[in-house]
Amino acid sequence: MKAIRLECRAVTKRFASRQRGADPIVAVRDLNFTIADGEVVSLIGPSGCGKSTLLNMGSGLDPASEGQVLVDGEVVTKPNEHVAFMLQKDLLLPWRTIRENVEFGLEIRGRPARERRATALELLRKCRLPDFADHYPHQLSGGMRQRAALARTLAVDPAVLLMDEPFSALDAQTKMVLQYDLSRTLADTGKTALFVTHDLVEAISLSDRVLVMSQRPGRIIEEIVVDIPDRDNCMERRKSPKIGPYVARLMELLHIDDQLH
Amino acid sequence: MSDTSNPATLRIMGGSVLLLLAFLAAWEWAPTAFGIPAYIIPPASKVWHEFARMFANDHLIYHTLITGMQVLVGFLLGMLLGMVVGFALGMSPTAEFLLSPYILALQIAPKVAFAPLFVIWFGYTVYPKILVAVLIVFFPVMINVLGAVRAIDPDVVRLAKSFSANRWQIFSKVEFPAALPPFFAGLRIAATLAVIGVVVGELVGGNSGLGYLLTYGEGAGNTAMVFVAIIMLTVVGIALYGGIVLIENRVLHWLPGRARVAS
Repeated sequence: MKAIRLECRAVTKRFASRQRGADPIVAVRDLNFTIADGEVVSLIGPSGCGKSTLLNMGSGLDPASEGQVLVDGEVVTKPNEHVAFMLQKDLLLPWRTIRENVEFGLEIRGRPARERRATALELLRKCRLPDFADHYPHQLSGGMRQRAALARTLAVDPAVLLMDEPFSALDAQTKMVLQYDLSRTLADTGKTALFVTHDLVEAISLSDRVLVMSQRPGRIIEEIVVDIPDRDNCMERRKSPKIGPYVARLMELLHIDDQLH
Repeated sequence: MSDTSNPATLRIMGGSVLLLLAFLAAWEWAPTAFGIPAYIIPPASKVWHEFARMFANDHLIYHTLITGMQVLVGFLLGMLLGMVVGFALGMSPTAEFLLSPYILALQIAPKVAFAPLFVIWFGYTVYPKILVAVLIVFFPVMINVLGAVRAIDPDVVRLAKSFSANRWQIFSKVEFPAALPPFFAGLRIAATLAVIGVVVGELVGGNSGLGYLLTYGEGAGNTAMVFVAIIMLTVVGIALYGGIVLIENRVLHWLPGRARVAS
């Protein structure tokens, strides 16, 4: 049994309603799950089911109303060194070069310039952007920018990566290439990741397990273990005939067919 | 930016020079040709002679420097004040809510109307002029900085926070650099306004500066002198504006070219 990296214990999150006097909105209710070291878990569910809320709690930006989120056995109460997140938006700072953007987290944490630079250049090489270190974000395509964002996330060497639909703004082909890069990188570095997505195939091809959430208030209604080889190569997984039944099962759980009528 | 070896650029530059020559020629000969007396529009040569006379006898450079100094000091103080207040209000919605009616009122009030008041307070010194410039420069800078701080994507701030950034780091690494492009756009507007502020202060009272020469020329019925003063004021404004553009190009070199031209 591998060590547990991320754990949710009876986590509930409520938001105050915008209307006065109305009951608070329950975003997620009584979430319980664990993610082991090196595991990649996808979170899938209907819009507004609280997936992003869960990531915010995991990164320590938003406290849970009830229950606890634990990373490496420690209760998350504020942003910490174990976790880094990545969003759909690349959030690259336009006044920094790509290398300086990748160094952003290390700079905030006060690492020496030489070390930052070496880490950034190494990661840009891994993320296949070595020639763009001195470019500015506006000079890069959407896919390249998102790769730089991944390099920035990896630069702080987090134990757990929290990713909120990181590829959903990209065109289909770019997306596949980045998914491939991510699956390779996660396998190479042995990182643990929680991956929020709307893309069923993306969830299946990248993950060890898929957690399916219900409509708000979000609960986990199903846990699907993806039993297809090649987790380190999502291109192979995409081509696998085994992927069809998983997609069908997810469609059923998310009531996608029901929305046709 | 422009490539002088490019024949198209050369042609445009040639056209520009021709246009200037045509303008000067029209200024020189058109008033006489249309029977406009020199006390209405003095021809270019007369203005040039007046310039040389004022340079030699009327301390033109001294008055220009006085005005330039007041513009620069007023501009710098107004800029600092606008920046500080803009950031402070941008970071504190409560403060903005409390102060916005007063700020709006002061913004709508014509700032030059304060000039006589400042003269009553500070006499015929440099201070009323500087103060009008401070007041007039303050607003475009403050509004632009405030708007920029408001427009920052909250997710960028969350990203910084997720890396455990403290308040100072969020300011220095995110909010401050993000506010710079609108800040410079505000400075460009403020540069032209600063000259207006100082001139109005000088028109109201005092015995130095180009505004003083303006009223002196008017009183003496010396139209050419008024023209010279206006031209020198424009030169002061161009110097300030040009300085800002130079600094902006160095500081905001990361902006995509088109965005920089548009700002």
